[in-house]
Amino acid sequence: MGEIVLDQVTKTFGHVQVIPPLDLQIEDGEFVVFVGPSGCGKSTLLRLIAGLEDVTTGEIRIDGEPATHTAPAKRGLAMVFQSYALYPHMSVKKNIAFPLKMAGLPQSVIEEKVENAAKVLNLTDYLDRRPGQLSGGQRQRVAIGRAIVREPSAFLFDEPLSNLDAALRVNMRLEISELHNSLKTTMIYVTHDQVEAMTMADKIVVLNAGRVEQVGSPLDLYNAPRNLFVAGFIGSPKMNFIEGETAEAHRATTVGIRPEHIAVSTDAGSWAGVVSVAEHLGSDTLLHVQTENLGTLTARVDGEFSVRHGSRVFLTPQEDKMHRFDARGLAIR
Amino acid sequence: MATTHSRAAARLMLSPAVLLLLGWMIIPLSMTIYFSFLHYNLLIPGTHDFIGFANYSYFLTDPAFFAALFNTLLLVGGVLAITIVGGVLLAILLDQPMWGQGIVRILVIAPFFVMPTVGALVWKNMFMNPVNGLFAHMAKALGLQPFDFLAQAPLASIIGMVAWQWLPFATLILLTALQSLDREQLEASEMDGASPFSTFFYITLPHLARAITVVVLIQTIFLLSVFAEILVTTNGGPGYATTNITYLVYAQSLLQFDVGGGSAGGIVAVILANIVAIFLMRMIGKNLDI
Amino acid sequence: MARASSNRRKTVVTVLAWAIGLLIFFPILWTVLTSFKTEAEAVASPPSFINFHWTLENYAEVQSRSDYFRHFLNSVVISLGSTVLGLIIAIPAAWSMAFVPAKRTKDILMWMLSTKMLPPVGVLIPIYLIFRDIGLLDSLLGLIIVLMLINLPIIIWMLFTYFREIPGEILEAARMDGAGLKAELLYVLTPMAVPGIASTLLLNIILAWNEAFWTLNLTAAKAAPLTAFIASYSSPEGLFYAKLSAASTMAIAPILILGWFSQKQLVRGLTFGAVK
Ligand SMILES: Nc1ncnc2c1ncn2[C@@H]1O[C@H](COP(=O)(O)OP(=O)(O)OP(=O)(O)O)[C@@H](O)[C@H]1O
Ligand SMILES: [Mg+2]
Repeated sequence: MGEIVLDQVTKTFGHVQVIPPLDLQIEDGEFVVFVGPSGCGKSTLLRLIAGLEDVTTGEIRIDGEPATHTAPAKRGLAMVFQSYALYPHMSVKKNIAFPLKMAGLPQSVIEEKVENAAKVLNLTDYLDRRPGQLSGGQRQRVAIGRAIVREPSAFLFDEPLSNLDAALRVNMRLEISELHNSLKTTMIYVTHDQVEAMTMADKIVVLNAGRVEQVGSPLDLYNAPRNLFVAGFIGSPKMNFIEGETAEAHRATTVGIRPEHIAVSTDAGSWAGVVSVAEHLGSDTLLHVQTENLGTLTARVDGEFSVRHGSRVFLTPQEDKMHRFDARGLAIR
Repeated sequence: MATTHSRAAARLMLSPAVLLLLGWMIIPLSMTIYFSFLHYNLLIPGTHDFIGFANYSYFLTDPAFFAALFNTLLLVGGVLAITIVGGVLLAILLDQPMWGQGIVRILVIAPFFVMPTVGALVWKNMFMNPVNGLFAHMAKALGLQPFDFLAQAPLASIIGMVAWQWLPFATLILLTALQSLDREQLEASEMDGASPFSTFFYITLPHLARAITVVVLIQTIFLLSVFAEILVTTNGGPGYATTNITYLVYAQSLLQFDVGGGSAGGIVAVILANIVAIFLMRMIGKNLDI
Repeated sequence: MARASSNRRKTVVTVLAWAIGLLIFFPILWTVLTSFKTEAEAVASPPSFINFHWTLENYAEVQSRSDYFRHFLNSVVISLGSTVLGLIIAIPAAWSMAFVPAKRTKDILMWMLSTKMLPPVGVLIPIYLIFRDIGLLDSLLGLIIVLMLINLPIIIWMLFTYFREIPGEILEAARMDGAGLKAELLYVLTPMAVPGIASTLLLNIILAWNEAFWTLNLTAAKAAPLTAFIASYSSPEGLFYAKLSAASTMAIAPILILGWFSQKQLVRGLTFGAVK
């Protein structure tokens, strides 16, 4: 259980419409990721689903039941906040037990559930500590623990990993994915991070200024972005866009080619240019090439490829990986 | 948080405080304004004639008013000058590494907790008294003539007493502000070859600007209405030497029972306080981030 | 800086700071010492510092002459009463401004601060007359109300600055966890705000205890707190230094001790959170 439907939902703060009419369907058991630039309304959308904000117009249904005016706690959802929002004056055990206590469960049941959650999340040794005495990753796990024990029909995560360092982030990412695999509960996950979105999601929702630009599996979005915005947003480094004659030659206003779909050679190719910066990542190298008449293009080459700032190179795009866009920015298929 | 329901609840929870303060401001103030236009003396019952601005012209042309205005300004200005200069110096001293810093802090802050009537009486009798006061003993020990503080330098003596009470406050606030100064900034300026002197003027003092503003604001609020210290030491005298506006209005209304005249004085005090307040609120409004 | 010179510097600073600290504290110390002297010793020249005949008779005499305990109780009732009443009104107000801010929240806060600028003499007469007419003159209730009102802006500001530091997400988490408004206040907000509320309480007790405009002008005999009790020592009758000292010591000791505990909060409370 955990199907969530948004039907013509809008949200207005004062006079500013942050979410224009929006439809969205989230299937039971899905891992859905909301991505989009800062301020595009990801958190707002999540909070509307949670019930922490009132929708201005439109309807939200959870498992077929109207939930638009249901109190947050009654929606059967659990939320993990970016700041973890742990209760600083309660021990880990009390934190995890809090929603159960609020639900009025008997003490013995609470004990058991907390113990199980602690076991799953490796928190057993820390149950008596206060949040202030935990590391970032541990706090994150407590926040997840507090969400799990409620056995919600869906989990909501708002950038849960953004306060962690890079290594821990990778770990927690895996843990959350594993959790999803074992619980099979719907999860809605907001993130800025490309990699999180691509690796964790069953379905990605790309938002821009409150509008849904495209919904699809990570590979769908990567292979067939519906418009310029999605094309530019999904994939790292960003897709190169080329306008003018080259685009017209492909019967498009703009053509896009991803850095990994450009072949680089030192002796011959379609576009000539000079390397302005070479970023060596080890496994591969990103070349920022100042071309003669197409501006700066980025290309991804093998880490062994040896060029330096100032080297002269030739770029050749893989024609079948070119994306074509019309004057309105929509993809031409 | 921000659902319609919680917004309505929030309004409801805020309203008692707003209504009370509004009432506290408007009701008595409008009564004072009303009284200030009446010939109204508690000793002459029954006469409440409307006399226009007569109370004001009486109050404002009374030589006592100018004396009181001048005394008020001197009192506020003098105490502010002493406490801020002293407070900055003391705060810098207390910010240095030392042994027993906690105890010194406790010693320095203590006068702030002494009630004004106690502080003033102790200073008046046990220190400034020309016969039995400690200062008189000290003068005699040095072979000097004892100085009668409250007779010969009454206002300065009161400024001294009040400054003693407020110096701790200024020091504590400035010290707190000082402790939030980034150590790395000081180290950077040391690396840049700045002398301690220029470090003070270019880094420490600007950092303290906001705290100083706050000290000026808060102290001014309280210093404009210094009352108890005057009441228990000099009763405004000798002559009008230590009468400030607050004390003058008090004397007019509760000693001479002249409600009309006292009210006019009260309104003058409110207007003066507002002029000062507008300046101060401008200053601090910018400094307060909410 | 070399170790030795830094140590020498620390010594100099320590000596200087202690000297100034003791100087500032001296009037209080001297008062306390004098309170244990006989009246004759209190005015002896040269004065003795500690080698005098210690006695408690001044305390007994102050109590029997001007009934210290009654005034003390009045002070306690007035300062506690006005503070608790103020908190009851201020907690909801500060809560709503901190967690459900509206466009005008800042203006309301500034306006509340501005009511603090109203000089008490501006409203002395009406309050005096109103109180006289409804029988609140020289009553504890009257003083509780007035002191509550004059300190309300400070209480609200102080609580506001504490509440503002409680992340809103925690309250939202509580709501997601199924806590209603009551449970939220009881289990989450209050425990987190207890230190803030306690320091607000402390600071306002101090301010109310030492308030000496309204307490002097609105009381006569019945409701007079310690500020007025001490003021009755302003006209000397014979030898009275030791008794004055004993009375003073008794008037300031309770609050001095409270004050020492709350000095950190004092900064925050009296600066409306502008300095931390
Ligand atoms: N309570 C509010 N009142 C007014 N405007 C708001 C409020 N909350 C959010 N907004 C506005 O709504 C827009 C969307 O905000 P939201 O927090 O949903 O963005 P976001 O996509 O989560 O951004 P980020 O990635 O930076 O977290 C922003 O322009 C923001 O300024
Ligand atoms: Mg966000």
